[in-house]
Amino acid sequence: MGLVEAIILSVIAASTPLLLAATGELVVERAGVLNLGIEGMMIVGAACGFAGALYTGSTLIGALCGIGAGVALSLIFAAMALGLAVNQVASGLALTILGVGLSGLIGAGFVGERIAIAPRLNIQGLTNIPLIGRILFGQDMFVYVSVALVVATWWFLYRSRAGLILRAIGDNHISAHALGYPVLKIRTLAVLFGGACAGLAGAYLPLAYTPFFIPGMTAGRGWIALALVVFSSWRPARLVIGAYLFGAVTILQLHAQGAGVGVPSQLMSALPYLATVIVLVLISRARTGGSTAPAALGNVFVPDR
Amino acid sequence: MRKTLFAAAAILLASATGLTGASAADKLKVGFIYLGPVGDFGWTHQHNVGREELIKALGDKIETTYLENVAEGPDAERSIEQLVRAGNKLIFTTSFGYMDPTLKVAKKYPNVHFEHATGYKRDKNMATYSARWYQGRYIQGQIAAKMSKKGLLGYIGSFPIPEVVSGINATILGAQSINPNIKVKIIWANTWFDPGKEADAAKALFDQGVDIVMQHTDSPAAVQIASERGALAFGQDSDMIKFGPKTQLTSIIDTWGPYYIERVKAELNGTWKSEDTWGGIETKMFVMAPYTNMPDDVKKMAEDTQAAITKGTLHPFKCPVLAQDGKEVECKGSGHLADGQILGMNFYVKGIDDAIPGK
Repeated sequence: MGLVEAIILSVIAASTPLLLAATGELVVERAGVLNLGIEGMMIVGAACGFAGALYTGSTLIGALCGIGAGVALSLIFAAMALGLAVNQVASGLALTILGVGLSGLIGAGFVGERIAIAPRLNIQGLTNIPLIGRILFGQDMFVYVSVALVVATWWFLYRSRAGLILRAIGDNHISAHALGYPVLKIRTLAVLFGGACAGLAGAYLPLAYTPFFIPGMTAGRGWIALALVVFSSWRPARLVIGAYLFGAVTILQLHAQGAGVGVPSQLMSALPYLATVIVLVLISRARTGGSTAPAALGNVFVPDR
Repeated sequence: MRKTLFAAAAILLASATGLTGASAADKLKVGFIYLGPVGDFGWTHQHNVGREELIKALGDKIETTYLENVAEGPDAERSIEQLVRAGNKLIFTTSFGYMDPTLKVAKKYPNVHFEHATGYKRDKNMATYSARWYQGRYIQGQIAAKMSKKGLLGYIGSFPIPEVVSGINATILGAQSINPNIKVKIIWANTWFDPGKEADAAKALFDQGVDIVMQHTDSPAAVQIASERGALAFGQDSDMIKFGPKTQLTSIIDTWGPYYIERVKAELNGTWKSEDTWGGIETKMFVMAPYTNMPDDVKKMAEDTQAAITKGTLHPFKCPVLAQDGKEVECKGSGHLADGQILGMNFYVKGIDDAIPGK
C-alpha cells in the first residue's frame, strides 16, 4: 500500500463520522430547530452500537442499535424543545450532558471488550485496482452510507416537495403554519432524523474507527459537526467539502509532524479548524454572499390554539 | 426566576446527599477527585484501582468517596470543597490541573489534609505525589531498540510538557544504549485522550515506516492499530495486553495502591505530614506489565535493567547527558541529572532529529 493511498484511506475514516453527524444536523437546522445535543447522541450511539455488535457479532445490528439510541435521545429533545417549547439551546446542552452520563453508565461493562472491526467491501478485481481500488471499492458500509445519505439529503431538500416544505418551515414557521403545514410534526421528524444520523456517526467510532468502547471516545466530534453545518451555510455540497477538508488536514498535519516539518505541533493541531473555517467562509462569500441561515432557526413555535 | 429556582433545588439536592454521606462519623473519610471516568482504561482507571486496594487493606477503618469527570479549573474547586463539607478528612486530587484549586481549598480548611498528584505546589496540609515513569521508559527504549528491525521508532506525545519530554529522552537514551544509531519520529496529538486521533497518529507513524509505536496518550488505540498492522507497541498507564495480545511488549502500569494505603495509615495514626513523594519502580509507584512478545534474551535484558534501576545502580539520566547540539548538560545531581532538572526538562537529547514544538 502506497503512502498516498494510506493517507487517503485515513482521511476517509476521519471524515466519515463528521459527515454523518453533520448531515443529520443540517436537516434539523433547515427545519428551524437548533439541536446542540449531537455530542450526547453520538456518545450514546457509540455505547449502544458497541453493545449491539458485542452481543450479536454483527456490525449491522450494532449500527442499528446506535441509530436507535440516537433516535431515542432525540425524542427526549423533541419532547422538550418542540412539545414543551423549552429553549432549544438549553435543552440541547442538557441532552449532551445526559448523553455523556448515559454512555458511561451503558458502557461501564464494555470497557476492555474487543469486537471485530467493521467488514470492508471486497470485490475481486475492482478492489485490487492499484491506488483507486481500495479507496472506491474497499471501504466499510459506513462510508458508502454517509455519501448516499448526503446525496439523498441534497435531493430531498432541493428537488422534492417535502424538502421545500421543510425549508419553508425553517424560514418562516408562522407562514407555513398559516398555510396549513404541520410545523411540529415535520420538525419532530427532522429532529428524529438528526438523532438517527448522530447515533450512526457515534456507532461508527467503536465499530469501524477504533474497535473498542471507552467513555468519552467521541472527543468533541459532535461539536465539530455542528460547526461544519454553520460554516457550510447549511448547504449539503459544502458540508461534504468541509467534512473531508477537516479530515484531510487532520491527517496531513500528523504526517507532516512525523516527517519532521518544522512547524510547532500546537499550530498544526489547530490547522484543521483554521483551514476549514477559511475555506468554507471563502466559498460562501464567492458564490452567493451573505449567510443563508434558516430565518426561524432556534425560534420556538407555539401554535395558536 | 426559573433559573434561581433550579439553582436552589440543585443546592438542596447537593446538601441532602452531603448529609447522608456524613452519617457514619466514626470512620475516617477519604475522598478522591478524578479527571476522567473510572472506566477510561488509563489514568483515572488506575487511580480507582488504587482506591479499591485501599478499601481492601483498610476497609473497616475508612470510608471512601470519589467524584469522577471533574473538569480542571474552577469546577474542581467546588468539587473539592463539596468533599470537605461531606466530612472527608483526607482528599486526593489526581490531576495536574487540580493544583491551584486544591491549594485554594487547602488554605480555607487547615484541618483537612490534601494530597495532589503530579503538581509542585505544597502547603502545611497539602502534600504532593508522583511517579518516576521515565525509569520504565528507559527499559522500553532498550526493548524497542532490540526489537526494531529498521531502527526507526514512532512516539505519540500528548503535550510538550517536561514529563512527556523527559519520557521521550529516557526512551531514546535507553534505545541508544543498545543501538547508538536509533532514530525516532515524534507526533504530538495535543490531547491526552482522543482515541480516534491517537489511532490516526499511530497509522501515520506506521505508514511512514516505523515498526514500533510507543505513546504518552491515554487510550489503547495505538496498541490496537499496531495489532492490526501486525507490528509492536507499548501500552500506557494500564496493562493493554487485551487490545494487542501479540503486540504489546510491556506497559508502564501506574500502581497507586501502596502509596494510598501508606498515606491513609499515617492519617489514621496521626503521623501524616505534608511532603513531596516522587516514587519510582523501587517503591512500586509503578510496575511493568509482563514482558511479552519478545525473545528470551531481550526479556532477560529488560529484567536485568529493571533490577539495576530498582537497586539504584543504573540511572536513566546518568551523566554525561548530551543535549541535541552535542553539548554536555550541566550535571547537578550526584552522577546523574538532579530531580529538578528532570522535572523541568525542556530539551531533547542528542540523536533526536526533531525540535520540541514551540521552542
